[in-house]
Amino acid sequence: MAFTKRSDGRKMDELRKIQCKVGIIPNADGSAMFAHGDTVAFAAVYGPKILNPKHQQNPEKGVIRVHYNMLSFSVTERIRPGLSRRSQEISKVTEWALSPVVMLNELPGTVVDVHINIIQANAGTRCAGINAAAMALAHAGVPMKNMVSSVSIGKIDDKIVVDLTKEEEDYKEGEGSTDIPMALLSNSDNMTLLQLDGKIQIKRLKEALEAGKTACKKVYEAQKAALKETK
Amino acid sequence: MNGEKIYRVTKNQISEYLGKGKRLDGRTPFDFRDIEVKTNISKNAEASVSVKIGKTEVVCGIKMDVGEPYTDHEAEGTMMTTMELLPLSSPNFEYGPPRIEAIEPARIIDRGIRESGFIDFEGLCIKEGEKVWTVFIDLATINDDGNIIDAGALAAIIALKIAKMPAYDEETEKVKYGEFTNKGLPLIDDKMPITITFRKIKDTLFADPDKKEEISADARISIELSQPKDSKELMINAMQKGGEATLSTDEVETLLTQAEKIFKNLNSIVQDEVKKTKK
Repeated sequence: MAFTKRSDGRKMDELRKIQCKVGIIPNADGSAMFAHGDTVAFAAVYGPKILNPKHQQNPEKGVIRVHYNMLSFSVTERIRPGLSRRSQEISKVTEWALSPVVMLNELPGTVVDVHINIIQANAGTRCAGINAAAMALAHAGVPMKNMVSSVSIGKIDDKIVVDLTKEEEDYKEGEGSTDIPMALLSNSDNMTLLQLDGKIQIKRLKEALEAGKTACKKVYEAQKAALKETK
Repeated sequence: MNGEKIYRVTKNQISEYLGKGKRLDGRTPFDFRDIEVKTNISKNAEASVSVKIGKTEVVCGIKMDVGEPYTDHEAEGTMMTTMELLPLSSPNFEYGPPRIEAIEPARIIDRGIRESGFIDFEGLCIKEGEKVWTVFIDLATINDDGNIIDAGALAAIIALKIAKMPAYDEETEKVKYGEFTNKGLPLIDDKMPITITFRKIKDTLFADPDKKEEISADARISIELSQPKDSKELMINAMQKGGEATLSTDEVETLLTQAEKIFKNLNSIVQDEVKKTKK
């Protein structure tokens, strides 16, 4: 059976409901919540602060450290608390997704710690994490050149779809499911995150990236609106 | 929030205030900060709860799985309580395997639930000697401004009360992850434990410390109580003293009297919240 309709009734290019809010963690220098439908990420920023031990400091520019973690009960089958290989990789690609916008040259010798925790997961957790983290950085007043907005694009069977759910990620029939998480510098076509799992033709990938650009703009508008609401 | 040094300076002030029956934030010694409970914050969990006490926020998720029973309790389910001090929640927390700062609160909360008999472990047995349910009570801090033990314990018992058993396939003998039944956990309601933790600075005692008070404190004691159906008296199920200073028997008696009063308040918060969620 061909994939013609999304089970939650969304159009192919429609994002799940976005909810976001800044300032959710009083202890942090900056914090934010970002939700793509049932996927909920919390992010907290501590810093910039002096990086210790001293030999890890870079006298020319600051360092950004991202820590991504899923809460044990955020998924249907409990995951053991603590670091996994998956979470370490996501931490690293998130670091690369965010560092182009942070003006690290202005922050020599310091570190900015970004902590992302997934409270509830239904696919697209790294994208929600990046969106929350970018907002938390802005909320913390870390000097930034731009925002970063992220969304996951997919191909289910032969349809290009935006912001996949777990059920859609697991689609097996026809051409199956391809998942392409991406992040963009806002209002540009410069990507800071690009990953792909599945199988997709070159022409279709180009289509997917275009869809991603449009979707990221919507994410950006939501981020901007939430940041403007903060006092 | 920069480490302990700043608090050493505030300690004298906190203690001076307490001597006059006051606190820096205007509370009296045995007053709690405002408590705010949110349920169903994470829908993949069998239950999930956020408890805020003042600026402190702790979340709890219940997950269940099927495993083998302990050989000396072949017809009983098992439970495990974990606490993650997320670096997201405080500049003082770091990554790495759980340290004593996370292990002790989890064990205190675990003990209250276990010793009170709140969970009917025999009701968690699927096939004697072979298959029983394990209840995971997973706690994580979202913002640490003191007293995560009481916040975590409160979140844990509310979560247990509203949790739904996962679906189980009798034929394949496997859990159907992500599918829930309408059945709650086997609990014995009049054994529900409430955990109340007190602190002592010099010779003054108080409840529900914020972070400054907590770091300034010389001693700590957690008291875990339940209200049996057939008695007016509260039952003590677990206690643990922490910190280097001593506590006299008189002091413990004072705290037990205070604990009875606080028990009533916290108990009614739990009951209200459970009623609201079950509707």
